[in-house]
Amino acid sequence: MDIFLQQIVNGLTLGSVYAVVALGYTMVYGIIQLINFAHGEVVMIGAMVAFSVITALAGTALPPVLIVFAGILAAVPVCMLLGYAMERIAYRPLRGAPRLAPLITAIGISIILQHVALLIWSRNPLAFPQIIPLASFDVGGAIITGAQIAIILTSVLMMGGLTLMVYRTKLGIAMRATSQNPQVAGLMGIDIDRIIAFTFIVGAALGAVAGVMVGTYYGIAHYSMGSLLGLKAFSAAVLGGIGNLAGAMLGGILLGIVEALAAGYIGDLTNNVFGSNYQDVFAFLVLIAVLVFRPSGLLGERVGDRA
Amino acid sequence: MSPLLALARLEVAYGGIKAVKGIDLDVSKGELVCLIGANGAGKTTTLKAIAGLLPVAAEAIRYDGAPIGGTRAFELVRRGLALVPEGRGVFGQLTVAENLAMGAYARGNAAAVKQDLARAFDLFPRLAERRGQSAGTLSGGEQQMLAIGRALMSRPKLLLLDEPSMGLAPLMVQKIFETILAVAKEGVTILLVEQNARLALEVSCRGYVMETGLITLSGPARELLVDPKVRAAYLGEAD
Ligand SMILES: Nc1ncnc2c1ncn2[C@@H]1O[C@H](COP(=O)(O)OP(=O)(O)OP(=O)(O)O)[C@@H](O)[C@H]1O
Ligand SMILES: [Mg+2]
Repeated sequence: MDIFLQQIVNGLTLGSVYAVVALGYTMVYGIIQLINFAHGEVVMIGAMVAFSVITALAGTALPPVLIVFAGILAAVPVCMLLGYAMERIAYRPLRGAPRLAPLITAIGISIILQHVALLIWSRNPLAFPQIIPLASFDVGGAIITGAQIAIILTSVLMMGGLTLMVYRTKLGIAMRATSQNPQVAGLMGIDIDRIIAFTFIVGAALGAVAGVMVGTYYGIAHYSMGSLLGLKAFSAAVLGGIGNLAGAMLGGILLGIVEALAAGYIGDLTNNVFGSNYQDVFAFLVLIAVLVFRPSGLLGERVGDRA
Repeated sequence: MSPLLALARLEVAYGGIKAVKGIDLDVSKGELVCLIGANGAGKTTTLKAIAGLLPVAAEAIRYDGAPIGGTRAFELVRRGLALVPEGRGVFGQLTVAENLAMGAYARGNAAAVKQDLARAFDLFPRLAERRGQSAGTLSGGEQQMLAIGRALMSRPKLLLLDEPSMGLAPLMVQKIFETILAVAKEGVTILLVEQNARLALEVSCRGYVMETGLITLSGPARELLVDPKVRAAYLGEAD
């Protein structure tokens, strides 16, 4: 087996999930310059809801693909509602406040959501029923599973769909207009409150699907899974240039690959002093390096460009 | 007939400080009225208040027969009130065509919007050539054309223009003013704020002079042009 190629496959899988979650961070930041630290928890709620649905349907005769699809179908609206409620109740009243206020609120919301999840789904890790057949394919020495293909394809479809929406539809143009100059957007007849709410809802929907993907991929969901995943996706967004859609996608994929390669080689490189359990460190090493050497991110505009 | 726009004792404050201290002003349907005054007089503040960008008492501003003070900007645009803001406010990262599309954001009739887009390109052929270019890369004059064209895309009944000549070379100023006159001829009511008092008075029916938050003079533009106080203070001429 080719380790390098295998880790690239694994990295692409993980990276596309990061990319989808990173889009949620970057969209909200792009429009109201808020880092919505509760976004990771939205992803977690998506995974939890899907867990409940998939567990309930696992015993039935439905084909596995349909069961997972049902999980997504349930998780998406729940998370969309959650995203909307968050914006409406917690962030909108703070729109004019100093930037620290909504940031702290975001952290508060993420703690609240974790505890709500803890109350509903218990503090134990929840094992997804193993319904997905472990079909796998050999590509040039690396193994790629059906689940990995599904994750990569779904992510690519969502990223493509979002890009089309943002760059080709009137609503998408209005989102970009609002992010550049909300006051003038209002003068165009754009109800910016609706655009902002819509941004949260779309980001949450993407997050929900991402939650279902990680949940089913690792076969596990846990009330605190959102924080690490969220932080990594946030790092990916910063790596690509926060506020920049293409940057979030690129950052997510790169981060996934860096992590996977690091996990694959760290043992060899350090004479087994460090093992692959250190892989989580790399996301943050990347984050620190970006903040030090290129704070605007790979595709980010220089600060000040955004009017 | 009641005027299209009527300000009655309009006051606007930033925090505790009043920038507009109770002004009366009206614009009738089809008129081109200008508001001139020195830097910091409160002209922009007045226009922003009318356009729904600043909080004011509802009754202080009547538009089309209804009190609109404090109504939010996006709702007023849908009622035919458009502001071309000071400094143009084009969306620099959107293309020219996208900027124009945003001007028509609230309109449903796609066929009519398409027609108006063609008209905007007729009015400003330079924008047609640059429709795919991002607006931030346009020259100042082109950006002003875009800002005006974009506002027209909402099919306004009342167009508020805040210093359209700002920072432009004489030739471009002339071109912009020709356009303003052409738009007025089509029946759009215009309230024009300008530093260039002479030009503004020359194209307007009536004028208002604003000083530190108050209207100090008003009347037919022809009379203001020969008024000794206006000549001394705003037209750079000694009596
Ligand atoms: N956002 C703001 N906060 C506080 N004060 C403001 C604000 N905007 C304007 N002002 C003050 O209100 C007064 C009027 O400003 P305004 O911009 O309306 O003047 P203006 O007549 O448009 O001037 P100019 O010709 O220079 O554009 C000024 O004293 C200005 O300092
Ligand atoms: Mg001004």
